[in-house]
Amino acid sequence: MRTRPLTRVGQYVALACYVVFLGFPLLWLFSTAFKSQQELITLHPTLFPRHWSLDSFRTALDNTEVWSSLKNSLVVAVATAIITTLIALPAAYALARGRSIVRTVSIGWILVSQVFPFVLIVIPVFIVLRNLGLLNTLVGLVLIYVVWALPFTLWMLQGYVTAIPRELEEAAATDGASRFATLRKIVFPLLMPGIVATSMFAFISAWNEFFFALVIITDPAKQTAPLLLARYVGSEGSVNLGPLAATALITTLPSLLIFGIIQRKLVAGLMSGSVKG
Amino acid sequence: MAVTTAPAPPTARPKAKRASSNQRPMWWLLLPSLIPVIAFSVYPLLNGIWLGFTDARAGYQVPFAFNGVDNYQRLFHDVFFWDSFKIGLIWAFSVTVLQFLLSLGLALLLNAGLRFQWLIRPLALIPWAMPSVIVAILWKLIYLPDAGILNAFLRGIGLIDTNINWLGSFNLALPAVIVVGVWAGMPQTTIALLAGLQNTSMDLHEAAALDGAGAWQRFRTVTLPALKPVIIAITSLDFVWNFNSFGLVYVLTEGGPGRSTMLPMLFAYQSAFGSGEFGYAAALGNAMVVVIMAILGVYLWRQMREAN
Repeated sequence: MRTRPLTRVGQYVALACYVVFLGFPLLWLFSTAFKSQQELITLHPTLFPRHWSLDSFRTALDNTEVWSSLKNSLVVAVATAIITTLIALPAAYALARGRSIVRTVSIGWILVSQVFPFVLIVIPVFIVLRNLGLLNTLVGLVLIYVVWALPFTLWMLQGYVTAIPRELEEAAATDGASRFATLRKIVFPLLMPGIVATSMFAFISAWNEFFFALVIITDPAKQTAPLLLARYVGSEGSVNLGPLAATALITTLPSLLIFGIIQRKLVAGLMSGSVKG
Repeated sequence: MAVTTAPAPPTARPKAKRASSNQRPMWWLLLPSLIPVIAFSVYPLLNGIWLGFTDARAGYQVPFAFNGVDNYQRLFHDVFFWDSFKIGLIWAFSVTVLQFLLSLGLALLLNAGLRFQWLIRPLALIPWAMPSVIVAILWKLIYLPDAGILNAFLRGIGLIDTNINWLGSFNLALPAVIVVGVWAGMPQTTIALLAGLQNTSMDLHEAAALDGAGAWQRFRTVTLPALKPVIIAITSLDFVWNFNSFGLVYVLTEGGPGRSTMLPMLFAYQSAFGSGEFGYAAALGNAMVVVIMAILGVYLWRQMREAN
């Protein structure tokens, strides 16, 4: 099946169009963040800054609100990642090794939870958190994020557990290792790449989340980075485009970095040949 | 959101006989996950459905009562409700269809063994990793009437004379946010379709080519049928996600101008936390579930019937 040269040319043209469509918005954010104040208000914007400037980053980082929102986001995301992984780990093991009915039920729940709009969940959650006195607290937010990240985390982790052959555990048991020792010395090390990938996923989902934060957090001192950015957009004129773009860029970096790492982990990290077949 | 990167579902293995003796301690392992899920996911969901049949309002310890189908009668006569569901359906259908077509094209290209894969693959994934708020900001910067690059570009090539206020125009705002929706959701769809493509058998392709089938014919008779389960799964998911989408449009337009981009979720959010009508907002949520189920039901039923 050789492809004709003309078709090839067409394919590359199409590919170029995709590159522009997908990459251009990112390029524009980047360029806006590095433009100087004067350049941002000209009526003839250019694709690249005529003069590269760090002013917008300076303005953004001089703003204590930016720092505190990034800190809040970091606290919430790290706590979510750790707690989610800790409680998902035993459950994932049970799901992978246990009876299939449990699996069916949990997969069913994952699907059902996709269909229901958040508004149905958020109102009762709001009421529960209010009754617990957890509105406007990062603890309340973490609680929600853990539950929210759990179904998918669980699904990912149990996939990693299933990839570890049962025979390994059985062999260890035959050799006289206790159940706990088997888990600690055999299963856990093999599961490590999966645990890293999963906790990073939970981190990103908490770092990026907006809707629950919007409902639960109204105190500016407790707001996360997405909340701050959304408020920025609502209220500010074009003079502040630069700092807005700079803050957006800073906020995106952790997600992008982590996502880059997970991508590799997901592809290569699964089981680098401890048991073949 | 990331359902498609899940490690491939494990193949069924013959169950070990003594596995059943291990079952009881297994339940304990599930508890730490089960409790928070029930407290903050299952219970709120059921409670939310129930709230849709009450006159609950925001405010601390305000008594409320079951009011049957009152909320739904009110919905039925609420012009804003019909408008927002119409907009929601236009949005969800167009975004899902465009997402699918563009992603299919991209997946086919990525599967064609072209060069520059190192450039396009990460680019195709990046929107996925970005917070929806930032995706919205990204596009807001592009759509800005004066400082935005889109108007500058269109002026540059002579297509327009005066700047267009994309997000501020009653007729253009919805198409403009649809483009953003497509951009934001392409990664999941592309990856799912690409994974499906890589699982289709090359032998069939070659056999068809030997029989003299052209590229289009091979695509229609070999690729598409093999891809069908993936297509049905991902378009269904995309539709649900899009119909329930909130953050993107909230940041881009807040439902404006003149409610022209007021998606159902935005409307429900406004009812719940703007005017404090918890019961009515929950009823809106219930109506959304019914609409989604109905559309998915018809879609899946038709696909099944075709398959038989």
